[in-house]
Amino acid sequence: MSKSIAVEARAARKNYGTGTHTVRALDKVSVSIKQGEFFTLLGPSGCGKTTLLRLIAGFETPTAGQILLDGQDITADPPNLRPINTVFQSYALFPHLNVAENIGFGLQMMGRPKAEVNQAIEKMLALVQLESLASRKPQQLSGGQQQRVALARALAPQPRVLLLDEPLSALDLKLRKEMQRELKRLQAETGITFIFVTHDQEEALTMSDRVAVMQSGKILQVGAPRQIYNRPVDRFVADFIGETNFLSGRVDAGRATLSSGEVLSADIAGHAGEVTFAVRPEQVSVCAADASDCLAAIIVDTVYFGTDTHCHMRLGDGTEIVARLQNAPSGEIGLARGDAVGLRFEPGALQVLAQ
Amino acid sequence: MTSAAEQAADRKVRRAGWLLSAPALFLLIIAASGPLMIILVYSFLTPGKYGNVDWVFSTDAWVGILYSRDIFDGTYKLADAHLSIFWRSVKLSLYTTLFAFVFGFPTAWFIATRSARMRTALLFLITIPFWTNLLVRTFAINQIIRNEGVLNTFLMWLGVIDAPIQIIYTDFAVFMGMTYVYLPLMVLPLFAAFDRFDMRLLEAGYDLYANRWQVLRHIVFPVVKPGVIAGSILVFIPSLGAFVTPRILGGGRNMMIGNFIDLQFGAGRNWPLGAALSVTLLVIVAVALVVYVRFANRDNGHG
Repeated sequence: MSKSIAVEARAARKNYGTGTHTVRALDKVSVSIKQGEFFTLLGPSGCGKTTLLRLIAGFETPTAGQILLDGQDITADPPNLRPINTVFQSYALFPHLNVAENIGFGLQMMGRPKAEVNQAIEKMLALVQLESLASRKPQQLSGGQQQRVALARALAPQPRVLLLDEPLSALDLKLRKEMQRELKRLQAETGITFIFVTHDQEEALTMSDRVAVMQSGKILQVGAPRQIYNRPVDRFVADFIGETNFLSGRVDAGRATLSSGEVLSADIAGHAGEVTFAVRPEQVSVCAADASDCLAAIIVDTVYFGTDTHCHMRLGDGTEIVARLQNAPSGEIGLARGDAVGLRFEPGALQVLAQ
Repeated sequence: MTSAAEQAADRKVRRAGWLLSAPALFLLIIAASGPLMIILVYSFLTPGKYGNVDWVFSTDAWVGILYSRDIFDGTYKLADAHLSIFWRSVKLSLYTTLFAFVFGFPTAWFIATRSARMRTALLFLITIPFWTNLLVRTFAINQIIRNEGVLNTFLMWLGVIDAPIQIIYTDFAVFMGMTYVYLPLMVLPLFAAFDRFDMRLLEAGYDLYANRWQVLRHIVFPVVKPGVIAGSILVFIPSLGAFVTPRILGGGRNMMIGNFIDLQFGAGRNWPLGAALSVTLLVIVAVALVVYVRFANRDNGHG
């Protein structure tokens, strides 16, 4: 896999509307997506991820900035001149064409010879395992099947980049898990750069090579899933990806202290003054109330989740902390509401976030 | 094998069905088939002296559609005048349908892509002409295009032309008038089709390397084809039978089948010929419909 840049956005900005009604959908976004990468744009709805995708596809032109493909400026090119294809959220399959004709549409529009188109259709049908449904119309297919057709249709012209706009959001959980694996397989088999848009953080973490977390038209952090999860750059990212406990405190004189005065061990390099500490629930453990190195807490609630139990605790200053505790074979964790306990963070688990 | 009780219940349901649909069936038979039957019977009778019919069987009316009898030697010749009327009717109706489509397609698209409020207003404007009597509207066109009318007077005042252009009493005037009159019948079904059209398909088309023309040709047109078919039928059929517009804008010379039939029941005093012509018109429409629908559904616009 070469590491060259496939798609690049340079200070891309997009405004909708004019005058006082201007909505800034994208605010000077710069990002580089590598060749052959599974890249995910993750964020809540309205964060600008779909707008960025549409700029790359060419459905929208940026108000300012550039879009590059393989180093070429394609900002002014219409979508039909970009070797980039999209899998739409609604699939947007052509209702008057059958499955095979839908898949062959792109190549046909490119003016490829019929034999080549047919060969590509065969190959794509096999790739998405829909050989038996080639002559069906889209409306005769289930959601999952339509999804596969949409994928095959977008992959058939062998684009440089495949864009996927929340393609799994309409599927039920089981089918979604299946399609997630399927997408990973297709990406590995074709070697095409995938840019995937989702608001589902779990989907982003399990599928991506790299994730860009977006909010309010900006990219907050780009990194591998592990990096995003374990080293979020700010409170929003930490909160949006998985569950997180936040504690407010200070860093001064090389020491991290909670506002209640306890000293914590954390990597404080580069921080000073008021900070927020973040810790994942699975990195919190419960110990005896009088144990050393523990913060005193009272159990507020316990919620049973099958594999584990979420234990909600309150510190002396009122901060609520959740610990995810693995259930014993008996299913009991031996804790109840109102118990006075101690809690401890795993070494290295505490993140320091700028205020 | 069903039991006797079940069969009885089944019969009862069926009888209730017939009873319930009896009023509609009665109306259909009396109002639709009845007049047709009368027309069919009349076409096989002999014309009466004062415009009614004599109850004497004759096939003269049917022969008279295509042949005219020489009043001196009694030989039959092909009736050129009748054929040219048929031909003009079909030709003008086809032109009308085609141009109603050419103007109606972009109009309907424009309306369908506006905001909800704008759309209502535009549809309202499209339907307004229906509130005015056809005769009044046609005379209005007459006022515009006649030799001393608004258009010619204006052009002569401008100095663009020296003598009035002969527009009125030509085939062109008839065709133009009919296109104007029947345009809403094309726009409304097309609008309904565009309204259901999923605009996201356009983006899918552009994304898959189709240019604007290809998107129109390979996506928009095939998807809205039922609307095009409906609109064409709604325009073509009344065009073929039109008689007010050709009468006022075409004068006496540029007759269409409608006028010709009208003439037989009026001044011509040949009711059987009028009846036979009506049946012929019905057959032409039916055949044209079947051929058109077959043709339109033959392939799915893919190729």
